Amino acid sequence: MTGPESGRLHLAVALDGAGWHPAAWREPDARPAELLSASYWTDLVIEAERGGLDFVTFEDGLSLQSADPQRRDGRTDQVRGRLDAVLIAARVAPLTRHIGLVPTVVVTHTEPFHLSKAIATLDWVSSGRAGVRVRVSARPDEAAHFGRRELPAGPDARADLFAEAADYVEVLRRLWDSWEDDAEIRDVATGRFIDRDKLHYIDFSGRWFSVRGPSITPRSPQGQPVVAALAHATVPYRLVAGSADVGFVTPHDRAQARDIVAEIRRLQGSAGRTAQPVHVFGDLLVWLDRERGRAAERKARLDELAGAEYHSDALSFAGTPAELADLLQDWQQAGLTGFRLRPATIPHDLAQITRALVPELRHRSSFPEKYAVSTLRGLLGLVRPVSRYASAS
Amino acid sequence: MTRPVKPVHLAAHFPGVNNTTVWSDPRAGSHIEFGSFAHFARTAERAKFDFLFLAEGLRLREQHGKIYDLDVVGRPDTFTILAAIAAVTDHLGVAGTINSTFNEPYEVARQFASLDHLSGGRAAWNVVTSWDAFTGENFRRGGFLPQSQRYERARTFLHTTWQLFDSWHGGEIAADKASGEFLADPDAGRFRHHDAHFDIEGHFDVPRSPQGRPVIFQAGDSEEGREFAAADADAIFSRHSTLTAGQDFYADAKRRLAKYGRSADELLILPAATFVLADTDAQAAELAHDVRLQQVSGPTAIALLEQLWNRDLSGYDPDGPLPEIDPVLGENTTARGRASVRMHRDPMATAREWRARAAAKNLSIRELIIEVTGRQSFVGSPATIAATINDYVQADASDGYILVPHITPGGLDEFADKVVPLLQERGVFRVDYTGTTLREHLGLPPRREAHPAAARPAARARTTADGTRAAS
Ligand SMILES: Cc1cc2nc3c(=O)[nH]c(=O)nc-3n(C[C@H](O)[C@H](O)[C@H](O)COP(=O)(O)O)c2cc1C
Repeated sequence: MTGPESGRLHLAVALDGAGWHPAAWREPDARPAELLSASYWTDLVIEAERGGLDFVTFEDGLSLQSADPQRRDGRTDQVRGRLDAVLIAARVAPLTRHIGLVPTVVVTHTEPFHLSKAIATLDWVSSGRAGVRVRVSARPDEAAHFGRRELPAGPDARADLFAEAADYVEVLRRLWDSWEDDAEIRDVATGRFIDRDKLHYIDFSGRWFSVRGPSITPRSPQGQPVVAALAHATVPYRLVAGSADVGFVTPHDRAQARDIVAEIRRLQGSAGRTAQPVHVFGDLLVWLDRERGRAAERKARLDELAGAEYHSDALSFAGTPAELADLLQDWQQAGLTGFRLRPATIPHDLAQITRALVPELRHRSSFPEKYAVSTLRGLLGLVRPVSRYASAS
Repeated sequence: MTRPVKPVHLAAHFPGVNNTTVWSDPRAGSHIEFGSFAHFARTAERAKFDFLFLAEGLRLREQHGKIYDLDVVGRPDTFTILAAIAAVTDHLGVAGTINSTFNEPYEVARQFASLDHLSGGRAAWNVVTSWDAFTGENFRRGGFLPQSQRYERARTFLHTTWQLFDSWHGGEIAADKASGEFLADPDAGRFRHHDAHFDIEGHFDVPRSPQGRPVIFQAGDSEEGREFAAADADAIFSRHSTLTAGQDFYADAKRRLAKYGRSADELLILPAATFVLADTDAQAAELAHDVRLQQVSGPTAIALLEQLWNRDLSGYDPDGPLPEIDPVLGENTTARGRASVRMHRDPMATAREWRARAAAKNLSIRELIIEVTGRQSFVGSPATIAATINDYVQADASDGYILVPHITPGGLDEFADKVVPLLQERGVFRVDYTGTTLREHLGLPPRREAHPAAARPAARARTTADGTRAAS
């Protein structure tokens, strides 16, 4: 009912710097001096597309990367400094053809009107492959970069940030629908470029902002670009269930995966979205080598280089591509519809995903041989919705 | 005259949401599909233009409280489309109009720094100040800014972004795999800025981009706008494209520079200009009239008249005489989201002038509107247009032009093929790109760090906006 079509599993890769391990940039094949160049990101996305992946995500934030969730850590031994994720996605879009592009965006300090047209434009420049992963920011340092608001405090603080994110996504979605598909008419006889009855004020009014609309950007190829969110607890699960098309979750075993999926499905019901397909992807940090034991060795070596074992919110998997394929298929049985793999190192683990894991999954008929459709919604089995404002006729 | 020949600068304005853009022509393509932007950008790059320029408006225009439907409506997000255009070009500058009222410096700085990285040093920012509450209805703060503060906010916004850009100096990224040192400076990106508009501090997260700062354009025409440009801009996008108005504006703008310790070569004057090109001058004149008829349909003529009259004139026949009734004075409630209505500073006088002109030449409403709006800057054969553009530049009516074709996306093709080679033959326009950054294309001297607070700090000390030194 609430999971999209079963059978195949969906695969995404989460791109971040030189990989997710803090010492990944020191690997011989890493390109740490090129992280701010267009060619670096283009190469990675082309590699992901070569593996037939559904989409890539681009991590982002509004402060320097930090191991400390509250403040700048001042470290000089890890990758610091980055580019705006929406712009990276747009820069890569014309150079790729099939793969979905999902930049991360902080909603707490940004304007829903600006972001709506940015993602709609990403959808235009990619011919229907845009998504956005929304995240909230409770970081005092990010708030100080904007100086515009006190972050909510007290017991409801987190819930408030996520409630605001839900309002934000509602505004994105309304703005994406604010032009009906056939609004542009170019009627020479009457001199009208558009039929203005097919453009709609969205008149959103909420606790944090109100937005009048319509968007300045016409409805994009997908109509509704894909919305994703990462979630670790009930409050963000509610955002996934109530607002998103894809949730990224971090179970550490199959039983947790089943419980999380069940909770999201339940919350979907309370949000009245039971009929909406919502993907639930498991996030995994992956170390992959065909030779048994190699991946764990690499992990140990990089942990030592970093001076501490790297702990991530997601389960860290070190093994062979075949072992990972076993795990993915097993967890798929628990109800996960796909996985977002975080390569521990780039390019090595990315290439292991595209060149070893994917062929293994194809061999098991769990992953398609090639791209069969041209939009991200299509890849995810989501229909293209008509605008909510289209008059039924 | 023995003074050196000035190089001509040329840029391409993607056809916009005004009646200049002819969407009804059979050759007119999409205004939103990426293919149109890619075609337009590739033509501009083939022609060795300095940059592609995008305007911006953050609320759809309305007339009589309804969305204005006679012009092209809808456009992409500026940053996103420019990043994509950077992917299909190698040299062309990418210039975007971004508003300083409904944005925040940290976000805009990281967007421009990112665009500059992703384009290899080709980014430019046209700083505009639209502040109206009508536009504000799309944003968190609504119409919070009084008109009188628009440039004050713009100035401090711009200076704040400069502090952010300059918070990285280049060279901080060591990325030394052997030693494990990624950052050479643990405090890289540090900034603080406190004034009436912005109270921010922390660390900027985008390391220094190829140009350091984007090239800065300014486009407002008021006294405050001109001072803002003289103090801080690298180029002005003006509307004064005729010879004499251009010369007046040019002299005025360059005269203002001395006060800010700047020389004439530090600010380029680049008016918007339209053109109609044909094999002969006579054919071009004829074609120009046809284009004007396309640009000003009957309904458009009435709509443009209403913008001056500030009242409903829908009952009038565009092919008939001008209205006897007078314009409604005071706040323009007819058209919203349109900077041009503020250009009608004395509507009664303009209406009298238009009536007299229509009476003298026996013009209908549509014929009059064709005459009094949207002058075509350059009309003629390739030889005539090339000569005129060069003459105007050498006569200090401008430093070059931002061309606004009337057809999307092919409206620049003929200019690229026929006019550009003639300018190249004259030796006033580049035959190939000689630099890689937009600043180099524009021949701008290396940017001095105009904002003292952003001067490169010695050792690990930083300076705040008000000039006090802060140890860190
Ligand atoms: C040639 C020209 C082009 C302009 N383009 C834009 C634009 O694309 N978007 C915008 O919001 N304002 C635009 N403006 C408006 C100005 O930039 C300015 O913000 C506004 O007119 C108020 O300033 P002023 O009173 O100095 O004219 C333009 C102005 C001129 C002269």
